[in-house]
Amino acid sequence: MKKIISQIYIWILLILLYSPLVFIAVFSFTEAKTLGNWTGFSMNLYRSLFTGNVSGGATLMDACRNTILIALAAAAVSTLLGTVSAIGIFNLKGRRKQTIQFLNNIPMLNPDIITGVSLFLLFVFLHISQGFLTVVLAHITFCTPYVVLNVMPKLSQMNPNIYEAALDLGATPMQAFWKVLVPQLRPGMLSGFILAFTMSLDDFAVTFFTRGTVGLETLSTYIYADARKGGLTPELRPLMTIIFLVVLVSLLFINLRNNRAAQKS
Amino acid sequence: MGKRSNWAIPYFIFLVLFVALPLLLVAMYAFQDNYGHFTFANIARIFTDTDAMSTFVVSLEVALENTLICLLLGYPAAFILSRKDLNKSAVTVILFILPMWINALMRTLATADLFGVLGFRLGKGTLLFGMVYDYLPFMIYPIYNVLLKMDNSYAEAASDLGATPVQVFTKVTLPLSMPGILSGVMMVFMPTVSTFAISEFLTNNKIKLFGTIIQENINSSMWNYGAALSFFMLIIIGLTTFLSGSDKEVEGGTV
Repeated sequence: MKKIISQIYIWILLILLYSPLVFIAVFSFTEAKTLGNWTGFSMNLYRSLFTGNVSGGATLMDACRNTILIALAAAAVSTLLGTVSAIGIFNLKGRRKQTIQFLNNIPMLNPDIITGVSLFLLFVFLHISQGFLTVVLAHITFCTPYVVLNVMPKLSQMNPNIYEAALDLGATPMQAFWKVLVPQLRPGMLSGFILAFTMSLDDFAVTFFTRGTVGLETLSTYIYADARKGGLTPELRPLMTIIFLVVLVSLLFINLRNNRAAQKS
Repeated sequence: MGKRSNWAIPYFIFLVLFVALPLLLVAMYAFQDNYGHFTFANIARIFTDTDAMSTFVVSLEVALENTLICLLLGYPAAFILSRKDLNKSAVTVILFILPMWINALMRTLATADLFGVLGFRLGKGTLLFGMVYDYLPFMIYPIYNVLLKMDNSYAEAASDLGATPVQVFTKVTLPLSMPGILSGVMMVFMPTVSTFAISEFLTNNKIKLFGTIIQENINSSMWNYGAALSFFMLIIIGLTTFLSGSDKEVEGGTV
């Protein structure tokens, strides 16, 4: 009985949570410009999303490309910076360690809009013209702390002597880093990278304030501008459906693999 | 050993430049007029600006209500998901955290569109509904994580010693899941109080939240007043964080 009520509760919540996404997905298979009008089954929106021959179609693909490029660049740099820094912080002691950890916590506790406004003021103050590069820098700022936090636990699980051993046996610090430390820290680096990548993809406020006036659009800013104009580009519907499916499949895949690995060990 | 601690130096410089300095600049701009002279006028203006003040009150209200609804709906869900005897399927857990990986603006827009098609009048009601949609996963996930790692023998011991199921829950399970609740509350309250765009979509611009006021001022080049409003919010957020006694670690976690 308790189980049935629990399951009913869970599924009601899930249905509520997913109804907007399912609704969008259903109407991605029809051509009508206004949402909610069903004019028969059609794959035309999918076609025009990729061929971009519908007004706005090309810029939507540009926005997607920018979003992915920014996320890849930000995640890659923050993973490297975060890993090297985590090793440094791990070996620090006392007041210095506390200071840098305090600073590292700020971007995680700060609301996006404060991060965005403060970096906007920084770029204005330093007379740095804003665009792709400033957005990537801003994303690195709020992504790196999460990489640091994901790598730290791996460092405390690691035997500290193996790095020294590599140095004693003649490895340069560079070699010891890539051949000894990185393989040991890889799981933490990977989860840090994934977290950084998804947070960058999802960001709106920070991008909004640091992209300047050069017309740089990411998916979020594109959607924002589009919604403010009133008419929503119909091609967003197939795009949303595709993103949803990609996320669903990759999460299921990762989880199934983790489960299998857990069962093996 | 001493050498590797130097590896933190580049990041320290980075943090000073991109975290500490920008926040100092917010404070600096907040206390300056257009000509760069020191002034309290911007800060004073917040308290006499009825638009900003009423928006601030509405933002707090919406954030509190949203956090409360998310907690009331999310706790039972997290509880059920964490119990093998109530929920065997791992897929439901994935379904609950999946929305965290989809662009928030996209989800909000889908919600607003659905409301539009169903013929709901956009306003406070739809704003709260949409916010709950957006933030519920962020409440469920940390509570679920804490409940999952919790040692069940405490609850079993309590019931062996004669506690009723209600007592077991209020005296053992609930207190032990407090860290999850706290980080869930932070993950929902903080973004809601500072959000912009989301409220515009969900209420058709009828209800403004504090984030929108900051954005409007910055975008219309009123940097000093915008900075003052940001500074005001920074203080409020700082106080909230301090009072909830947290410099909490990993909030997001991974897959």
